[in-house]
Amino acid sequence: MRTDLQIIEQWIKPGSHVLDLGCGDGTLLDYLQREKRASGFGLEINPDHITTCMGRGVAVIEQNLDTQGLQNFDDQSFDVVLMTQALQAVRRPDKVLDEMLRLGREGIVTFPNFAYWRLRWYLMRRGRMPESETLPYRWYNTPNIHLCTFKDFEALCHRKNFRIKNRTVVDGQHQDRWFSRLWPNMLGQIAIYRITRQED
Amino acid sequence: MPDSLPLESVGIVTPQTLHFDTPITLACGQTLDNYDLVVETYGTLNADASNAILICHALSGHHHAAGYHSMDDRKPGWWDSCIGPGKPIDTNRFFVVSLNNLGGCHGSTGPNSVNPATGKPYGPDFPVITVKDWVDSQAALADRLGIQSWAAVVGGSLGGMQALQWSLSYPDRLRHALIIASTPRLTAQNIAFNEVARNAITSDPEFHDGRYYDHDTVPRRGLMLARMIGHITYLSDASMGEKFGRELRDQAYKFGYDAEFQVESYLRYQGERFSESFDANTYLLMTRALDYFDPAYEFDNSLAEAMTHARCEFLVLSFSTDWRFTPARSEELVNAMVAARRKVSYAEIDAPWGHDAFLIPTPRYTDVFSAYMDRVAREVNV
Repeated sequence: MRTDLQIIEQWIKPGSHVLDLGCGDGTLLDYLQREKRASGFGLEINPDHITTCMGRGVAVIEQNLDTQGLQNFDDQSFDVVLMTQALQAVRRPDKVLDEMLRLGREGIVTFPNFAYWRLRWYLMRRGRMPESETLPYRWYNTPNIHLCTFKDFEALCHRKNFRIKNRTVVDGQHQDRWFSRLWPNMLGQIAIYRITRQED
Repeated sequence: MPDSLPLESVGIVTPQTLHFDTPITLACGQTLDNYDLVVETYGTLNADASNAILICHALSGHHHAAGYHSMDDRKPGWWDSCIGPGKPIDTNRFFVVSLNNLGGCHGSTGPNSVNPATGKPYGPDFPVITVKDWVDSQAALADRLGIQSWAAVVGGSLGGMQALQWSLSYPDRLRHALIIASTPRLTAQNIAFNEVARNAITSDPEFHDGRYYDHDTVPRRGLMLARMIGHITYLSDASMGEKFGRELRDQAYKFGYDAEFQVESYLRYQGERFSESFDANTYLLMTRALDYFDPAYEFDNSLAEAMTHARCEFLVLSFSTDWRFTPARSEELVNAMVAARRKVSYAEIDAPWGHDAFLIPTPRYTDVFSAYMDRVAREVNV
């Protein structure tokens, strides 16, 4: 399993009821329900991923966050709401974060850090929109319409009064490296955050 | 007629009639002391009887879901696209049971059967049957076949309602319910269409208050109209447009009222064919069963509350152009299951054929259906 998923997995208590927004092929949910007796659902729009989920026994619901929202889920009906590598691709990340913490006691979010030094260097040297292994698209066809940095994300959390319970970083291969922890906004490629509402 | 049977067919099948002597008490309060169910089975039941799949049919369906009755058959069973070796419901792995429901007109006890009390066909005296009654009779069938628990109960449209009802009536007797192109309850518009269909039948002078058997006639005209209106709701505007457009049977308008457009003659043909093979009283009964189905009703109209009684896992599928039972109706059901924390998967299949899409094997439909059933099979080790 990818390192970022291994990190997330450690933050999820056994028996949790989990909602995974953009669950992909269901790797994480499959692991959580087998190893942690977790229950819950994944939302996905990619037909191949949906088929894979169904084939492996992961409960997957075809639902588009951007067009359908999450109104069909009740307040505080999940222990954890996850979103891995999808925040930057939704129309209103701020509203999705609000929704995550409406539905769940806790939210776990991962996203590519746009302030990673290689991206900065790419932009500075070439003067063109960066492309990398984590962001392998052209500016005109990228699904990543709301890229942000660690600092941007933390500023948003602060503004919204979200509490950051944990944060960590991994590199493009999803490996945990000591140097990226040292200076995450510069050296971290993928950010992993665990957030709750302030009052918790 | 096939010259040779396709490899992925269950082949030649023979229906059997099973007689039941244990009385069944119906939702309407009446009791049927005994009844027959006509059944077809495909595949082999394994030693621990864990690989059985129940197929529930829709309004005009019957027990003949797959394969051929003889080499002279023009067409295979109604769901042959999904049942057979290597198909989503793989008969190499599963034992498939398909029946004609109580109240039907293809051999199971229904309005055109002889009422033992009078020696004449039941006609209008045959009790109104509900989805719940069907499920009770299907449970008796499961007992007879030695099936304690279905690996899955599967149905499209009205058949999906039966799969849903199974999960509530007998929560411990199925592992999975597959609810395809269905709805947790009819809308006012759905009921309105049914009412027009029923009215067409009951206002036919040949209907004779449902005792047309005694008059040696059938309300052919009414049944034909009922089928025509029903058929429109099974297709989509786009699929009708593509099939017929505004095409005329002849080159020019005739300035009369006979069937001039291709779509008119198609509907008439469908209606006539149907009226020759289907019983009008059964049509009334089936549409009423649709109208009455509403599992939330007993739970203060909370579908989520109803769903807390289910134990099985669910697959819900809808089709993008189905305007009879729209994707929104399936989503309503899925949301109730989510609220009740039942394990459910849902996909909306993009298909142009309206409600009928559940009978047509599009690639994505087949993929999703096969993937889910493959997992069901692995779960019961077949």
